[in-house]
Amino acid sequence: MSKPKTLFDKIWDAHIVKRAEGYPDALFIDRHFIHEVTSPQAFEGLRKRGIPVFNTGRVTATADHNVPTKDQHLPIKEALSRHQVDTLRKNCKEFGVDLYDLGHPFQGIVHIIGPELGFTLPGMTIVCGDSHTSTHGAFGNIAFGIGTSEVEQVLATQCVLQYKPKTMKIEINGVLGKGVVSKDIILYIISKISASGATGFFVEYAGDTIRNLSMEARMTICNMSIEMGARGGLIAPDETTFSYIKGKKFAPQGTAFEKKVTEWKALHTDSGAEYDRILTFDAADITPMITYGTNPGMGMKITDRIPTVAELKEMSEQTSFKKSLEYMGLEAGSQLLNKSIDYVFIGSCTNARIEDLRLVASMVKGKKKASQVEVWVIPGSKQVELQAQQEGLDKIFEQAGFELRSPGCSACLGMNEDKVPPGKYCISTSNRNFEGRQGLKSRTFLVSPLSAAAAALTGKVTDVRTLLNVN
Amino acid sequence: MKEKFNRLVSRAVPLPIENIDTDQIIPARFLKATTREGFGENLFCDWRYDSDHQPIKNFVLNEKKYSGKILIAGKNFGCGSSREHAAWAIYDYGFRVVVSSFFADIFKNNALNNGLLPIVVSDHFLKQLIEIISQNPETEMTIDLEKQTFTTGSLEEKFEINAYKKTCLMNGYDDIDYLLSLRKEIKEFDITHA
Ligand code: SF4
Repeated sequence: MSKPKTLFDKIWDAHIVKRAEGYPDALFIDRHFIHEVTSPQAFEGLRKRGIPVFNTGRVTATADHNVPTKDQHLPIKEALSRHQVDTLRKNCKEFGVDLYDLGHPFQGIVHIIGPELGFTLPGMTIVCGDSHTSTHGAFGNIAFGIGTSEVEQVLATQCVLQYKPKTMKIEINGVLGKGVVSKDIILYIISKISASGATGFFVEYAGDTIRNLSMEARMTICNMSIEMGARGGLIAPDETTFSYIKGKKFAPQGTAFEKKVTEWKALHTDSGAEYDRILTFDAADITPMITYGTNPGMGMKITDRIPTVAELKEMSEQTSFKKSLEYMGLEAGSQLLNKSIDYVFIGSCTNARIEDLRLVASMVKGKKKASQVEVWVIPGSKQVELQAQQEGLDKIFEQAGFELRSPGCSACLGMNEDKVPPGKYCISTSNRNFEGRQGLKSRTFLVSPLSAAAAALTGKVTDVRTLLNVN
Repeated sequence: MKEKFNRLVSRAVPLPIENIDTDQIIPARFLKATTREGFGENLFCDWRYDSDHQPIKNFVLNEKKYSGKILIAGKNFGCGSSREHAAWAIYDYGFRVVVSSFFADIFKNNALNNGLLPIVVSDHFLKQLIEIISQNPETEMTIDLEKQTFTTGSLEEKFEINAYKKTCLMNGYDDIDYLLSLRKEIKEFDITHA
């Protein structure tokens, strides 16, 4: 019998075109997603070399990072953003790549449209010039972010040169408490292992807590793998995965689908396979989470207080810690609960799928937001937007005083007009709380969609369990 | 072809902050260019300039006493996004080497793909380097890629670099040259692999 293998190893090994002594592996890529920010220089590279795209059938493009979330039918006002989106259009046309442009019913954040269109499937290798490509791993594939030079490599050769990373298993077992959702799981893990705790590793999430999550909740977890330094994260596919994929536009259909499901069932880690590292967590220890600092590792239970300098594990962290709290305008050792906030951002590739919007709607139905906060809801894609309208969620948001806008990355990184003003506090369902991420000098608290909805209603950092009547 | 890298003797600029993320290296609002050049102007923009775009006096890049092609930074440098613009900005500003005790994976790859050498040193060595430059900004440091050594005065540490990447840097090759030589094998793979 051959040596037992991890799921990661199985997929990786099945995609090696060439492994040569002294070289990284030439890894074949099944699906390549591109967007306007990290692709122009790559296309320019092809043009300079005078070569075409290797296989246009494996490339999917969309415009998301720069796009306005209001009046998307009008030309983009901001000249540089317009130029970047126009360049994408021109490149896709010239090289024959399918583009889901503004106005197209499939447009949206790249990591949201891939799964919902059925491009993202188990067993694949998937790349995109974007670190949150890790999202797709929820389907049991190897998906990771690459730089623009690598985007050029994949466009030119459908391969990327990579060294095989180490593997880590993160197992979570047990039942989640009320008010605790998948975003809290991942914020909890990152707070435990730090923003660099998984650097050099590819993570497989396992355990019954993960098994019991929906596909969309699994995507939220895999999405933030990069926030602990991992190249990506994956979850072995199961019936939940297969039924999500069934009937999706570009997924295999009918008997082809059934045949694929049989193949996909082999996609799991063999018993006895070894990981380089294993971590185990108990779902019962996880509560609603919040970040207080300027990297996603600086997180805590929403009811905790910020550590004091003396409580830091490493002395060398002190300077960064102080700098971070100064930026956030917060005191070491203080609580965040009941702190007033100015903005609520519900969106991004982490939490802007239909289930996220439903979760928010379930909290705010028939209620009104606190008067001093501004609340933006940015659906992850045109399809999510449409579904929200069909389910009447748009009405619930409107009555609550929330602003429901059109799809895009929006205030997740503030490349378009949606920016949190200097010094203002934003409760956000996105994935990064870096300095200036949501706008110059903006201050971000990362939370789950449920906690964001709670904060929108009270205008303060709120333990959602108190609104759900749970102790 | 990229610029070849062999031996570098230069002063260094200290930035002893941990977890410097790609949004600090080059804020998202500057990612709108469609070429690789010009990002150096906005390197560390929000630390370097105030809201009126006036240089902030005590930020290292604005301190006249510091100069050179080597950037020495705190642990977990380059975490965050996969934007290669971060590596371009550092290179475009004039740095050729970044030294830290730990780099984020994607950043490291991006740097190597653009002729920027990321050198991992021990925490202890990093601390010594920071002290040395802070005391005497004119200290010269030598990087010998062939021998894989980082030397300053009587201090020396060997660093690791992957043999393939080392050859690429020393000869100015890039990955595409190698992958293009595999086109035939890749074509076959693409057809047989459903
Ligand atoms: S939503 Fe945010 S994290 Fe996701 S792809 Fe867009 S900018 Fe990146």
